[in-house]
Amino acid sequence: MTNTMSMESDCKMSPERRRLIVATAALGGVGAIALLKPFISSMMPSERAKAAGAPVEADISKLAPGQMITVEWRGKPVWILHRTPEMMAALKKLDPVMADPASKNSEQPEYCKNEHRSVKPEILVAIGICTHLGCSPTSKFKPGSEEGMGADWQGGFLCPCHGSMFDLSGRVYKNMPATDNLPVPPYTYLSDTRILIGEDQKRA
Amino acid sequence: MASNAQYEKYKSNGTLMGAALEWFDARFPLTSMWKQHLSEYYAPKNFNFWYFFGVLSIVVLAIQIFTGIFLTMHYKPDASLNANGVPVAFASVEYIMRDVSGGWLIRYMHSTGASAFFIVVYLHMFRALLYGSYRKPRELTWLFGVFIFFCLMGEAFMGYLLPWGQMSYWGAQVIVNLFSAIPFVGEDLSIWIRGDYVIGDATLNRFFAFHVIALPLLLVGLVVAHVLALHETGSNNPDGIEIKKKLDEKGIPLDGVPFHPYYTVKDTVGVVVFLMVFFAIICFSPEGGGYFLEYNNFIPADPLKTPPHIAPVWYFTPFYSILRAVDWSWMWPSAKLWGVIAMGASVGVFALLPWLDRSPVKSIRYRGPIYKFFLTLFVISLFVLGYLGTQPPSGLGNLLSKIFMFVYFAFFVLMPWYSKIDKYRPEPDRVTFK
Amino acid sequence: MKKLILALLFAPAMALASGAELHLDRWPGSVKDQAALQNGAELFVHYCLNCHGASYLRYNRLTEIGLTEEQIKEKLMYTAEKIGDPMRIAANAKDMRKWFGTAPPDLTVAARSHASGDGSGADWLYTYLRQFYPDASRPTGWNNVIFDNVGMPHVFWEEQGARPMTVTQVRSAVDANGKDAGYEEVVKVYDVQGNVTQTVKPLAGAQHEGIRHEFGAPVGGKLSAEAYDKQVSDLVAFMVWMGEPMQEQRKQLGIGILIFLAITFVFAYLLKKEYWKDIH
Repeated sequence: MTNTMSMESDCKMSPERRRLIVATAALGGVGAIALLKPFISSMMPSERAKAAGAPVEADISKLAPGQMITVEWRGKPVWILHRTPEMMAALKKLDPVMADPASKNSEQPEYCKNEHRSVKPEILVAIGICTHLGCSPTSKFKPGSEEGMGADWQGGFLCPCHGSMFDLSGRVYKNMPATDNLPVPPYTYLSDTRILIGEDQKRA
Repeated sequence: MASNAQYEKYKSNGTLMGAALEWFDARFPLTSMWKQHLSEYYAPKNFNFWYFFGVLSIVVLAIQIFTGIFLTMHYKPDASLNANGVPVAFASVEYIMRDVSGGWLIRYMHSTGASAFFIVVYLHMFRALLYGSYRKPRELTWLFGVFIFFCLMGEAFMGYLLPWGQMSYWGAQVIVNLFSAIPFVGEDLSIWIRGDYVIGDATLNRFFAFHVIALPLLLVGLVVAHVLALHETGSNNPDGIEIKKKLDEKGIPLDGVPFHPYYTVKDTVGVVVFLMVFFAIICFSPEGGGYFLEYNNFIPADPLKTPPHIAPVWYFTPFYSILRAVDWSWMWPSAKLWGVIAMGASVGVFALLPWLDRSPVKSIRYRGPIYKFFLTLFVISLFVLGYLGTQPPSGLGNLLSKIFMFVYFAFFVLMPWYSKIDKYRPEPDRVTFK
Repeated sequence: MKKLILALLFAPAMALASGAELHLDRWPGSVKDQAALQNGAELFVHYCLNCHGASYLRYNRLTEIGLTEEQIKEKLMYTAEKIGDPMRIAANAKDMRKWFGTAPPDLTVAARSHASGDGSGADWLYTYLRQFYPDASRPTGWNNVIFDNVGMPHVFWEEQGARPMTVTQVRSAVDANGKDAGYEEVVKVYDVQGNVTQTVKPLAGAQHEGIRHEFGAPVGGKLSAEAYDKQVSDLVAFMVWMGEPMQEQRKQLGIGILIFLAITFVFAYLLKKEYWKDIH
């Protein structure tokens, strides 16, 4: 701006003057950028948000097979489902009707990218938020038409908003509004019955 | 078309920059505004130290608006108690100070900026008194400035409630109660201002609204008007003479220099020095010895417990002293009403200055001893009243504030008389430079 | 005019007269002393946090005074579950109001709010915590020299012990008819149980009004006077740090900013000189 505007004076500007302008403007620019830093970082999550987003511990010692508990982590519902052997068996049969049976395109930690999408096969930990538009699916665990699903229903979750269906590994069925499986958060076992959600497994 | 000539004037030199500028200038008065207000605005070349404070006021205004925007992102105007039994508003300030990354710096910039604003504005106004900047033809510039001052006082007063500390609360309580001194409507008016029978959540929320949007908008508008009016008449200078009376063959004042680059580079130096002082306070003494951040304001507002000693922030104390000094009733108004009238007059009287001053010369350089004497007394009275306003009431303090209240008003009321009879030296033809 | 000058001369004298006389001992500690801060943090959690919150401070911030998260969890976290939680009180505010008549204030910024013309907030706290005396007329059995009729008991009495107190007050006297009767000296002696014996003695002539507090030797007390002062000093250090945990960071930043601006000043000034050499 300055340079364009004072075109005439530019021609006769001494090198000394030009150097001083550049030096002063550079220092001013550095100062302004440095000053912007606290303002920009003030918009990052605060200590309160970080504390609220800290890993959450869940005790699963009383979680019987077939039961599910929900814990809150970073404001989202995290499901912990203890699957029965029957449920596990049913999962395998579903591979052909799943959109992403091997969870190739879905979000989960590396250690959960397996057949059962979990660390311990029977314990599923997943974020209960539909990957379509963010509603929380409801649980429909009973197989068959008992819960108003089709006769070939193997148990799973149904999103009330747009009808996406998920199996008991959080995998989405084919031809649903949602295309990705339910995400699995990072988690680690502190002991046999205590899960820490939000922190990755330490490498052995 | 009339604009064609204008358009030709800014014909591009063929570069990309030039072409872009040409495109702009055909649609918006960019270059012409730049010239009118900066590169071809001729300011007297003899500006001295006192002339830094105008630009510094704008710098502080920018700091306050910028930091204020970021504080608004985290502050909560809520008087209810949180789970720990602390008012949410008070806790949200400590939240900014501790939990928000960089929040403490932003908050200290804003709290120190409030005091800095008054320091630079008071010095800016004092400059006007020294060199007669309020005199004809700059009366409107002065009036806009006085309105800025009123607006700033409102802005500061409402902003001071927001931290919801004891001083915030009781300061607002005292000041809002002043309105109840107004006959007939006073009681209802003060309730209307509070939106409650005491200072409460409703008051906090409306003060927040005024502080963050209503008054800043008005303030910025007035600043624009202040600068436009100034650029219409041209700046005064320490000699108090009109540089437009001596022009060269091109019609440019002989004693004028283009504001840009001469005053932009000079003001940059002033701004850097100001920032050094500003950040030194923020980083080494953000409480300003209890004057910038009052100690009692670290205690959350408690409507049931008045602190033993309430003092307004330093920039209000001269006027507060005047309020307290008036303790006699006369005719039908009560002492309280007279106090409010006196305080209002002490601020409002500045608006009359252009018409009170009858001196044939503007600048103190050519004025006689009487004006210098009265101006000195006025400044002393401001300091004494300001000091007394920070102190608890006492017998001697009351007597002193009465005396200095009269000195304060004498400066204005007697001005038509003393400025006329005062001796003066003839003004020079050209400004004195070095 | 003479009157004005006289009045002006009086102004500073008046300032001295108008302030309440509060003699504070200077706090000898430093906020940079990490050992003191850590000791202070432990004292704070064990002696203060039962009734007073420090609700703007999160436990994990204590890592800034050299503690590890494990140490904090083991030694200091009794009232919270997560390391990121604020230091809340164990009891709730309603119970407090019932027990003490008033909710004990949050102490996070106490070291800032108690500053005054008489001394820093640290001086006030350091003096206050060392000047409790037994007074059986108080519900808690304790009173304080610089905070008369305080609602708080002497939480460190086992460490400091109980010290008898002699309060000597010179005041203007009135006779039975309410007439001016010169001055009198009132001496109140509190024994270690807090029982008071009062004697009143008329004084002749004009006197300066005032009040004087004298402590006797402590009875009981696990710590020597020096050790107790050090303990209080450590606690105060922690409270000063807690009032503004970024205070050291703030000063360091200040030095950096000032150096940067000083360099900028040099260039800005040279630039101004360069331009203004054209103007004569």
